Amino acid sequence: MFGFYIALAVFLVVAILLFIFRITRLVNVVKGTGEETTQSSNNINGMLMLLFMVLFFGLVGWYSWANFDAYDPPVASDHGELTDKLFWRTMWITFITFFVTNVLLFYFSYKYRYNKNRKALFYPHNNKLEYIWTGVPAIVLTWLVISGWMAWDGIMSEAPEESEQIEIMGYQFAWSLRYGGSDNQVGDYDYRLIDAVNSHGQDFSDRAGFDDFQYRDLVIPKGKPVLLKIRARDVLHSVFIPHMRVKMDAMPGMPTQFWFVANKTTEEMRIEEGNPDFNYELACTEVCGRGHFSMKKNVIVLEQDEYDEWKAEQESWLSKNPEYMSQVPENLKELAVVTAGIND
Amino acid sequence: MSTATEAAVIDTHAHDDHHDEHHEQSFVSKYIFSTDHKTIAKQFLITGIFWAFIGAAMSVIFRLQLGFPDADLGWLKPILGKWIQVDGSLDPNFYLALVTMHGTIMVFFVLTAGLSGTFSNFLIPLQIGARDMASGFMNMLSYWFFFVSGVIMFISLFIETGPASGGWVVYPPLSALPQAMPGSGLGMTMWLVAMVFFIASSLLGGINYITTVINLRTKGMTFSRLPLTIWAFFLTAVIGLLSFPVLFAAALLLVFDRSFGTSFYLSEIYIGGEALPNVGGSPILYQHLFWFLGHPEVYIVLLPALGITSEIIATNSRKPIFGYKAMIISMMGITFLSFIVWAHHMFVSGLNPFLGSIFMFLTLIIAIPSAVKVFNYLTTLWKGNIVFTPAMMFSIGLVSVFISGGITGIFLGNSAIDIQLHDTYFVVAHFHLVMGAASAFGLLAGVYHWFPKMFGRMMDSRLGYIHFWLTFVGIYSVFFPMHYIGIAGFPRRYYSFTNFDAFSGFTDLNMFISVAAIFTFVGQLIFLFNFFYSMYRGRKAPANPWKSNTLEWTTPVNPGHGNWVGEIPQVYRWPYDYSKPGAEDDFIPQTVPYSETMESNLPHENDLIALEKEEAEEEVVVNAKSEH
Repeated sequence: MFGFYIALAVFLVVAILLFIFRITRLVNVVKGTGEETTQSSNNINGMLMLLFMVLFFGLVGWYSWANFDAYDPPVASDHGELTDKLFWRTMWITFITFFVTNVLLFYFSYKYRYNKNRKALFYPHNNKLEYIWTGVPAIVLTWLVISGWMAWDGIMSEAPEESEQIEIMGYQFAWSLRYGGSDNQVGDYDYRLIDAVNSHGQDFSDRAGFDDFQYRDLVIPKGKPVLLKIRARDVLHSVFIPHMRVKMDAMPGMPTQFWFVANKTTEEMRIEEGNPDFNYELACTEVCGRGHFSMKKNVIVLEQDEYDEWKAEQESWLSKNPEYMSQVPENLKELAVVTAGIND
Repeated sequence: MSTATEAAVIDTHAHDDHHDEHHEQSFVSKYIFSTDHKTIAKQFLITGIFWAFIGAAMSVIFRLQLGFPDADLGWLKPILGKWIQVDGSLDPNFYLALVTMHGTIMVFFVLTAGLSGTFSNFLIPLQIGARDMASGFMNMLSYWFFFVSGVIMFISLFIETGPASGGWVVYPPLSALPQAMPGSGLGMTMWLVAMVFFIASSLLGGINYITTVINLRTKGMTFSRLPLTIWAFFLTAVIGLLSFPVLFAAALLLVFDRSFGTSFYLSEIYIGGEALPNVGGSPILYQHLFWFLGHPEVYIVLLPALGITSEIIATNSRKPIFGYKAMIISMMGITFLSFIVWAHHMFVSGLNPFLGSIFMFLTLIIAIPSAVKVFNYLTTLWKGNIVFTPAMMFSIGLVSVFISGGITGIFLGNSAIDIQLHDTYFVVAHFHLVMGAASAFGLLAGVYHWFPKMFGRMMDSRLGYIHFWLTFVGIYSVFFPMHYIGIAGFPRRYYSFTNFDAFSGFTDLNMFISVAAIFTFVGQLIFLFNFFYSMYRGRKAPANPWKSNTLEWTTPVNPGHGNWVGEIPQVYRWPYDYSKPGAEDDFIPQTVPYSETMESNLPHENDLIALEKEEAEEEVVVNAKSEH
């Protein structure tokens, strides 16, 4: 019944609007639509242009100012501070351009609205002006490109030797982590070896993998390079840690990587944000299916000594799943028992 | 005069004589399988409007989910059926299907076919002075391939497993594996088949546009006298012709991977509890192939809108377009550069970082011709005498959204900054303003401006103003706030943000965006009414309602098949002689020879008078010859 009333109300409103439209139209036909209406509608639209401009910039200015903290996520990595600096530099340049060109656009539209006593200026070209506004953007952009390129080059350079190696694997719809262990090397994998338990498909003929361990959260040290070795098991995913300014796609069959240095521990960030429940998070940013929006991993940043302590406590995957010893080649079994810390 | 040109002139005249006869056509050959470019243009336009409403309605539905995640959408059950879950929320798979189909429909069916298909078809022959397209039959095929493509895509909306849902880019392996999501089953197959038909349609159209512009220009219509609309359509067709086949290749390889067990894009996949046999493929290969079309596609939808705007802004400012040559050069620059910037969509895809630097450099270069165009528009408005027709309002609106959306490209083109912004709402805001809104504004401006030529009647301008203000305010209200959400890091294509602390804010802003989207959508109904009402009941159009210089306004108010009664007029000047000092009127049509406008000629134009005379004499000789 309620739906019926809504439908009826909509119908009546539309009918009234149509009626008004028809009447004003007939009145116009009788009066004849001459130059006066053109003039008045031109004035109204010209005013509206100015009004729009004032309201638009007023709202943008107010919202950008008042909600700055809400949309500016704090940064917690070394390279992130650099890219943020580039971001805000670009913001100033583009905002000025945006402001000036839009103001000119609306102001000219208002100022030079139609007047039958005036004739437009015949001004077909001016090469000097064209050179200026080709050259100036070119110079500014060159500056932006060069600073961007230098930052990019550093971020994408080879990871330092001493980096903590962590493998992160995306699958529908979660992330799984494998840490390099005491040798700090993540062992080989083969996707054919994946089964319900060995979710990473770890290849036990590689000795680097014996001490690898898995953990539910991404735990990283502050102030030390962390190398994420990124892969996917089924479809594309993308690793995104907003506060670290880290993003890199994960692909099956084509491992990628991203290294970075976190510079604020979770504790420090909790204090800085005044939020005792703050946690770094890792999300997926490449559409991967139904659960795309729910692929969350917690990220915990510890001081170096806390991290070392935590790492020392972790038991290797092999020691937790000793049945996989059967996949270890005979000549490495002894080594595997020692490095994996299996005591039987 | 060489024999070749003589022959050409004779040929034109022989051609002319045939077209004056009127022959009755059956309903089918006049309105359905028509080979008349004007009818085909209208077919493209009306189909485009149909798809625009479907695509926009889809966005309203997923905006309801994003703005009001707790709302009970049970009332949509009659339309969406099982895609509404028991608790009244939208099915997450269907949410992705909506996002995907919204993108596909808007980019390809509305802004490619609806925009280029309509205005290239309608304006190229009328503005260059041709009887019709080079091949009317191919032109007809172009529309009907598009139609078939649309029918297949439309049917795919209703199948059990839903339409394609992997995003409009349909990246494999997601789109290649039916076990990855239901939309990758039959829906994806139909998407691919529909796209193959669509590509065929685009190529048939594109070949025709190029051929027509090169070969069928009327006497005197040199390339340097072409209206900027035609330049834009011409370059758009060139881009489409060179890039669509690459999408075809990408789609074909995807079909192979899906159906014939090849491994072009698939490698080392473990899904649904089993390891697939495919090894050695590269998902990045698909991305390269896709974006080799995908990026030029941005300019395929944008350039026609910019061409239309150039024409409308000049006409309604009563001023020549500022920097005609600079406009052409920047369009050529954009055309060329559009082919070598594609990998900026792939900065964080695992692409070689060195390639990333190259593409960052190339991408930021493309900002320069775009900036030149904006400055030229502004200077055209400066000291003009601006008539705010609805078409002009939309053109001014276009320039504004083009600026606002364009400058954010400088962030995204910078690979270092793109790390954070990639695949966030910042990108959504960017491309919806610069490509979506700008092109849609171009389309609407074009409809308001050339409606009198299409249907012989005027659209109601008051409704046009209301429509403009609702749309303009609406578009900014929808897309500007997305910048903030994007800077805050909110990822695209998320069904819900509640899982993350980092993305838990902005519920109010998301709600605001959704409300604005609904208002904007409702505002379009005004246009729809105006369009169909004016078609039958609008005021009768005068011959040249906007006092424009271009050739289409020299045809009868309702041009028949063949466009001009009698000879095709000859062109003597460029199309932008508005408010020329000394001239009585504030416009001088292209068909007026310099010898008749002694009072307003510039010094170098007086020299052209002698040339005009020579040509006229030659023509007399040729005519005399051809009579023998």
